[in-house]
Amino acid sequence: MDLTLHVWRQKGPQDIGKLETYKANGVSPDQSFLEMLDEVNDDLIKAGKDPIAFDHDCREGICGMCSQVINGRPHGHQERTTVCQLHMREFNDGDEIFIEPWRARAFPILKDLIVDRTALDVVMQAGGYTSCHTGGVADGNALLIGKPVADYAMDAAECIGCGACVAACPNSSAMLFTSAKVAQLAVLPQGKPEARRRVRAMADAILSEGFGNCTNHYECEAACPKGISVKFIAKLNREYLKSLIPSSMD
Amino acid sequence: MKLVNPSNKRKFKILVVGTGLAGGAAAASLGELGYNVEAFCYQDSPRRAHSIAAQGGINAAKSYPNDGDSIYRLFYDTVKGGDFRAREADVWRLAQVSNNIIDQCVAQGVPFARDYAGYLDNRSFGGAQVSRTFYARGQTGQQLLLGAYSALSRQIKNGQVKMYARREMLDLVVVDGVAKGITCRNLVTGEIESYWGDAVILATGGFVNVFYLSTNAMGCSATAIWKATKKGAYMANPCYTQIHPTCIPQHGDKQSKLTLMSESLRNDGRVWVPKKAEDCDKHPSEIPEEARDYYLERKYPSFGNLAPRDIASRAAKEACDDGRGVGESKRGVFLDFQASIDRLGKSVIEGRYGNLFEMYEKITAEDGYERPMRIYPAPHYSMGGLWVDYQCMSNIPGLFVLGEANFSVHGANRLGASALMQGLADGYFVIPYTIAPYLASLTPGQIKTDHPEFKQSAENVKQEINKMLSIKGKKTVGELHRELGSVMWEDVGMARSEASLKHALKRIPEIREEFWNNVNVTGGAMELNQQLENAWRLADFLEFAEMMTTDALHREESCGGHFRTEHQTDDGEAMRNDEDFCYVGAWEYKGVDKAPELHKEPLNFENVKLAVRSYK
Amino acid sequence: MNLLTSTVGRKILMAVTGLCLILFVTVHLIGNLSVFAGPDSINAYAKALHDLGPLVWLFRLAMVALFAVHITFGLQLYLENKAATPDPYAIQKTLVTSFSAKTMIFTGLIILLFLLYHLLHFTVQVTNPSISAVNNLDAIGRPDVYSMMVLSFQKVFISLIYIVAMGALLLHLAHGISSWVQTLGWSTGPSQDKVISIGKILAIVYGVAYIAIPLLILARIVN
Repeated sequence: MDLTLHVWRQKGPQDIGKLETYKANGVSPDQSFLEMLDEVNDDLIKAGKDPIAFDHDCREGICGMCSQVINGRPHGHQERTTVCQLHMREFNDGDEIFIEPWRARAFPILKDLIVDRTALDVVMQAGGYTSCHTGGVADGNALLIGKPVADYAMDAAECIGCGACVAACPNSSAMLFTSAKVAQLAVLPQGKPEARRRVRAMADAILSEGFGNCTNHYECEAACPKGISVKFIAKLNREYLKSLIPSSMD
Repeated sequence: MKLVNPSNKRKFKILVVGTGLAGGAAAASLGELGYNVEAFCYQDSPRRAHSIAAQGGINAAKSYPNDGDSIYRLFYDTVKGGDFRAREADVWRLAQVSNNIIDQCVAQGVPFARDYAGYLDNRSFGGAQVSRTFYARGQTGQQLLLGAYSALSRQIKNGQVKMYARREMLDLVVVDGVAKGITCRNLVTGEIESYWGDAVILATGGFVNVFYLSTNAMGCSATAIWKATKKGAYMANPCYTQIHPTCIPQHGDKQSKLTLMSESLRNDGRVWVPKKAEDCDKHPSEIPEEARDYYLERKYPSFGNLAPRDIASRAAKEACDDGRGVGESKRGVFLDFQASIDRLGKSVIEGRYGNLFEMYEKITAEDGYERPMRIYPAPHYSMGGLWVDYQCMSNIPGLFVLGEANFSVHGANRLGASALMQGLADGYFVIPYTIAPYLASLTPGQIKTDHPEFKQSAENVKQEINKMLSIKGKKTVGELHRELGSVMWEDVGMARSEASLKHALKRIPEIREEFWNNVNVTGGAMELNQQLENAWRLADFLEFAEMMTTDALHREESCGGHFRTEHQTDDGEAMRNDEDFCYVGAWEYKGVDKAPELHKEPLNFENVKLAVRSYK
Repeated sequence: MNLLTSTVGRKILMAVTGLCLILFVTVHLIGNLSVFAGPDSINAYAKALHDLGPLVWLFRLAMVALFAVHITFGLQLYLENKAATPDPYAIQKTLVTSFSAKTMIFTGLIILLFLLYHLLHFTVQVTNPSISAVNNLDAIGRPDVYSMMVLSFQKVFISLIYIVAMGALLLHLAHGISSWVQTLGWSTGPSQDKVISIGKILAIVYGVAYIAIPLLILARIVN
């Protein structure tokens, strides 16, 4: 099939970018979206032009590196799919495709479709862990965790940290990303001792890193390639409320 | 064993390259001990290392299911699974700490699968007759890596670890024969940066992207370990590469990578091909039971579909070579869940492997519940790697190597769910102990980046980059990588012969030659330049591939992932030669276009009897 | 205090004040609907409220505080969110959010402007002094709220203001009602869709009921 691509090109963080138009001809429906871009790049290189820079690594939909907004939707229109797992059979001959980077103030564009997502790491550093030491921990079965709780934690833990939630959010909020970690650790006994401190520290990091506030649009859930539910945001809110109850031990 | 006093630890600086399970766990654990750690990764965040893609699980000898497992059995299975080409002591240590890993991960909040009573659940994996694999749905690697990443994040927050993301190590700085630092390229700005450390830890993963198409991430490369090799570190057993049996078959020639599906699928899936070649184009449901060849169950009745990876892969290749492969390319075999669906119901199978079926459908547009999946082997893991001693230190003092990047525990073949185990064992429980005696023997911070060796190294890196950029030839990096890959897959892949290996040894230098004369790397040195990144990774593969092939040619035996067609039994099984090859082949680099020098480390088995590895 | 600065804290304040304001809107609506029961009913209701004396002022102060908090943080969050969001995508697409969610700040500001007018109109009664209830008592000497309402809403312009404002209220509530359930952490995955639907239905009920008053008067169905 033959396609027309409009791709965001931007030389560096300080430059002004713009959409440029490219043709992708003879695309096979079995190709992945990134393989289609690989080919466009090969053509650009042969024409002596600068190929399109885009983040990608595992190409299995798990590392969270790939990050493109395709026709206004982070990771494209196929539900629960990362760009690297999106295949060209989802498109039709003659389609016009707009490809843009994640857009959020907290994610400065480094080049073309590549953005800097360090802010997400900083949110994690604020409290996305249990402060256990290496070694000297209890036997894994010493903590009994019922299947429903383990499943709930796993549902939250599936987040791949790609930032599609931020890209989709009208407020550029990282609430879904943050809530997934807060919720995972809040329901597990391992995470409970630090739950009060964690929810506050991580919530505060959202703002200090330049993300917006959550106003319950739920676009994040719709865009999430792993289907992380906004129920975890409700859980985060609940955890925050709990943290407001004064404790005599604080 | 010497230790470093707690108040002295903060005087030492350790560089950790790579932030996967081994590197991430090492950086976190060493930071927590009080060392100053600087960690490096080429991705934008330490959480993206390719350990994240491991699906099936992690082994431990907990024996929770009460099925006769023990540390000794895990040790034995690993040595046997590795076809008796691993160092016994290292494997024993690995088996010993395996249980601690599970406990550690649970403490971090890794949501392992649990049963209704709240206890940890287990599943079975290839090459073992006990259920010792712990898992978190089909995303065990992800969850374990996020556990290590969370520990690392905590140390970054505490200021014990300084994280340098989007940096790629392009040289090892060796001063008077001792590893003292690294030279990196800042992948965003193009700046060449020098970092000093009292010790350097490489945890940079494996090299199977030398085959171009593999299950590794696009950025996985041999660059870090190859640069170390060029500075004098020995490369051990590079011919031991694992070809994973359950990958989605290749489609067309535009594909950029192969996708693995967890070996755990073989718990409930039955592998078969039609008995007759003329049935291959039929819809699988039209092929009656008696016309199907469940070849793994037929050949290996006691392990059946759970035969180890090397054996399952080779059996698939044999079936396809026999003209009985399925799918458009005829390079595929069926993985059939019908029997399990009939026995357990679709919902149970969905619960166990739902995400894998989804992934399969996304890639192939076929429904794995409706018709059997098609699978084919693909390069997946490198058992070989830099040579290390029991302390995980290479022959260059101060250079430690962890995880897939070293050669130590998997011998000639790795069992499923053992890579995660090794990575975390090395990072959490081995290196924190074994690095101490080395550090205790030196004065910290003696050599810093103002040493002339650092300047020299940075200069060399810049020169090499400028050379690549100035060629402006006709071929893209991708095209040349594909050429190398097809040579390696055809000649140094699942079955190797003297002729094929000699052919590869002729072709590799030719492609290398073409690279340095006819590659077209666009863009400049001082910018974010992905073509340049790919170019230097390929340049290193083009040198490394030759050493790998040399190793394969010299090893006149078949063992594990290394199968020489000249050395097989009458029924096509691998034939080891313990008399002449029961050693680790550690190669010393002698220069481009010069033959590397072989050093042998004999393997002595004190607790395991060398035996023919049988899964029949 | 973390509650006043945190992203979640302020969201919770928005939800709690919003919830109080919904309660107010509910009570106010029930009172207003008594207009349909005839002059005696609503005039008695108005008198009963006025006779509460100091409590009225306490209530008014509380309302001012609620509005102040809701509006201040609403604006603050809006401005922060604006700052966090750069240029739009070339193709701007939303999947699940609603028009009402995207226009909260605007419907909120419309309601604020309306509120000022409404207070001048019916509470201070300075916009149309000739028909104000303070100046016109009913047969038994109570301020004639009924006549004031009927005469006001017979004017197309005034009715239009109220209808538009109540339309804005409808939209504001359509996102607001389900939103506080989420913000206070009461929604769970499976119930979420239902909560959103119920919120929208309630908003329509409020909106239709409020709009019915000026509309029916304007149409001379009530007079």
